[in-house]
Order: sequence, then C-alpha cells, then structure tokens
Amino acid sequence: MQAFDYLAPRSLDEAYSHLGNGKSTLFLAGGTDVIVQLREGRKHCDQLIDLKHIPELVAHGFASDGTLEIGAAAPLAEIYENPEVASRLPGLIDAAALIGGIQIQSRASLGGNLCNASPAADSTPALIALGARLLIGSKSGTREIPVEEFFTGPGRSTLAANEILLQVRIPAQPARSGAFYLRFIPRNEMDIAVVSAGARLVLSDGGDTIESARIALGAVGPTVIAATAAADSLAGKPATDTSIQAAGELASQVATPITDMRGSIAQRRKLASVLTVRALHGALTRARENR
Amino acid sequence: MARTYIQTTLNGESVDFLCEPRQSLLEVLREELGLTGTKEGCNNGNCGACNVVLNGRIVNSCCVLAVETEGATLTTIEGVAQGDQLHPLQQTFLEEAALQCGICTPGFIIASRALLEREPDADEGRIRHWLAGNLCRCTGYDKIVRAVLKAEDRMQEVKA
Repeated sequence: MQAFDYLAPRSLDEAYSHLGNGKSTLFLAGGTDVIVQLREGRKHCDQLIDLKHIPELVAHGFASDGTLEIGAAAPLAEIYENPEVASRLPGLIDAAALIGGIQIQSRASLGGNLCNASPAADSTPALIALGARLLIGSKSGTREIPVEEFFTGPGRSTLAANEILLQVRIPAQPARSGAFYLRFIPRNEMDIAVVSAGARLVLSDGGDTIESARIALGAVGPTVIAATAAADSLAGKPATDTSIQAAGELASQVATPITDMRGSIAQRRKLASVLTVRALHGALTRARENR
Repeated sequence: MARTYIQTTLNGESVDFLCEPRQSLLEVLREELGLTGTKEGCNNGNCGACNVVLNGRIVNSCCVLAVETEGATLTTIEGVAQGDQLHPLQQTFLEEAALQCGICTPGFIIASRALLEREPDADEGRIRHWLAGNLCRCTGYDKIVRAVLKAEDRMQEVKA
C-alpha cells in the first residue's frame, strides 16, 4: 500500500484545519471500501483523516422533531441493533443489515457507503425512499441537500475538497406510511446488487388510496435514480396491485442500465420493474401495519 | 516513513508495537507480532479468513489499519483456547472434521464464537446467515455448520 499520513482529529474544527493545505485527502470511517481501494491502487491520498474520534460523527439518535440523525461514520451494526430505529424505520434496516457480512457491518458506515458513490450502494435507494437529507460541513458553515442530489456519477459526488459529510438525516415518517428496500443478487448475502429498489408509500386517511410515493432504483444507471414519474403516478390511485404494476412499468423506463458481469441490459430493465413492484408491495404492507 | 507507537490489549495482555499508517492490522499481527494464526485470504474484505474481535465486534483485520487500534481490545484465534483447554468450537470443528486445508478455520472460529456469545440459541439458518462473510472452498459448509450446532449444544449443557 502507498504511504500516507494518518490523522485522527478529535473535533470537527481540528478536522477542517487539515483541509485545504494542498494535500490530497481521503476520509476514513469503517475503511471497508477505502482501505481496499488504497491497497489496490484505485485511490491515492497524501493524508487519510480518520473521522471516528469526532464524537458527533459516530453518534446517532432521534432529534426532538423525530428526525433520526446518524453520524456519517457510525457503524451500520450500531444503527440496526438500536431497537427504536428498527421499529420506527424498518425500511432503513432492510438496507443497513445487508451491506456486506457481519464483519463489514461492524465497521462500515452510511457516510462511507454514500461517499463511495457506487450506483449499486444499498443504502442509497432506501435513504432516497425515506426522504433522507445529508448535512455537509466545511470551515465556513453547513449545507443540507436531499440524498438524490449528492451524486454526479459512479464514484463521484458533490462533496467539495474542503467539505466533510457530517450526518444523514431521516425525517420522521408520515402517518400511514411504510418503506421497503430490496435487491436482486445471485446468492443470499454478501453480494453487490444486480438491481435494487427502495420505495415508500403514504396512504390516505381511509387506507384505500395512495396519497404519495417515493421510488429509487440502484444499479441501473451511473447513479442511483429517483423514479419520480413512477412515484408521482401513484398519487391518488387506489392502493391495489394494478396501480403498483403500472408504477413498476413506469419505473423501468427511467433505467439506463449497462451489461456487465452481474447482468445484462434486458435483465436489469426487467428487474427494475419487478423489484419496484415488490418494494411497493412491501411498503404497502408496512403502511397498513402503521395505520 | 515515521512509525507510530500503538498500545492495545491483545488476547488479555497489554501489547504495544510500532507501525506505519499503511500497515493493516492483519499485517502487523502476522509480521510484527508473529501471531500467524490469523490468515490472509483475499485481503479485500470478502473472505473472513482474517477475522479478529475488535472492541467486541468481529472485523476483517485486512480492512483495519493497525494505527486505528490505539487503546483497542483485540482477540485473535490465539486467544480463544484457555491454555491447553480448547474452546468448544475448536473441539467440535475437530470432531466434525469441519476443516480440510484450514486456512479459513481461524476466521470461522472467531466469527462463530462471536455469534454464540450473542445468540446461544442461534438456529441453522441464523448460523449460515452470520457466517456468510466467511468463505470456505473445501468443506461445502455443512460440516462447519454441524460443528457450530454441536458446540452450541455442548455450551448449553455446561450452562445447565
């Protein structure tokens, strides 16, 4: 592995003071992507900044308005083992509990999964479906953006060289709503999505009509894609299989997949529709449980 | 490159070492500390052969930098037996012939031990799920799962 300086700041101010000094920088949270990328020469840096000694970046908890605030470097296992998170946000747990195996989940973080910016990242469609936002900080202040606006291409995001991803913020979910995430892989665990889908449905008062929906697709384009037209098509529709099947067809139309070792264009288009339908049915079941 | 001084608690003893930032925990365990029970398989986080316990959680030591372990508590395969007394998992892996080449075995023992400490009643499905991050190219897994179930029974008998 190439040589680099290892820095372990104890506060955000200290971390910011290491940025903008002309040295190329990578951040270390769980290291399950970045250490491998450094070893294999796929990434390089002059300095590696370990974020895990900054208390607010490894903590997670609910704010008074019900928003779940997750430090960007908090390990996945700590999040999905929190019973309050598991009961309030099962659509998040769907993704957090299937990124890698147990050994990966001990260390890997949502922030790392986001900054690695893989179009197949498991956390991303789930977070978009939940309406999550990202808190990004620099010496001069913070900005907050929806997760779907973070990515610019495979491995690329809007994070500037002087910025640090601080927090993933998942708002309190609407009444009568449910969210669900799933992926297609050839084995049961420890694999990269061929295609994935996250969805959230909000039901009307009576529970028979869909008030609104959110759908996001993974591994069918250069970034995770928010299937906005498909989601919007569900507003006001009866909460039936017919409505859901139609939304699945619409969702597959925004897919622009490639053929690679994991799957072909045709298979991925088909999967985009099938997984959207399954994610919506999963979300519908949970929304009905929340009535 | 300057080396950093790191102090840890390793297998119950205070252990310190010098390392470069680019050295993985796996590399330091094997090459600096001579603890070669932990194996290098894929060196990219897929196979689990290098599993150790870091502050109560199993990790792939190839995906941890040694400099990150300042102040940490670590357990490697060398810390699993109590003197000459094998851990029940080590015993049942032998009895069930749950290994052939043996490269994956330390990782499987470390990972299974962590599961049985958390979930002493884990069923076969749960064991297979938990061990999905440990790859074995010899046994086909059935013997490993049988060994874990047998160790589980034995550990419960001891408790009862």
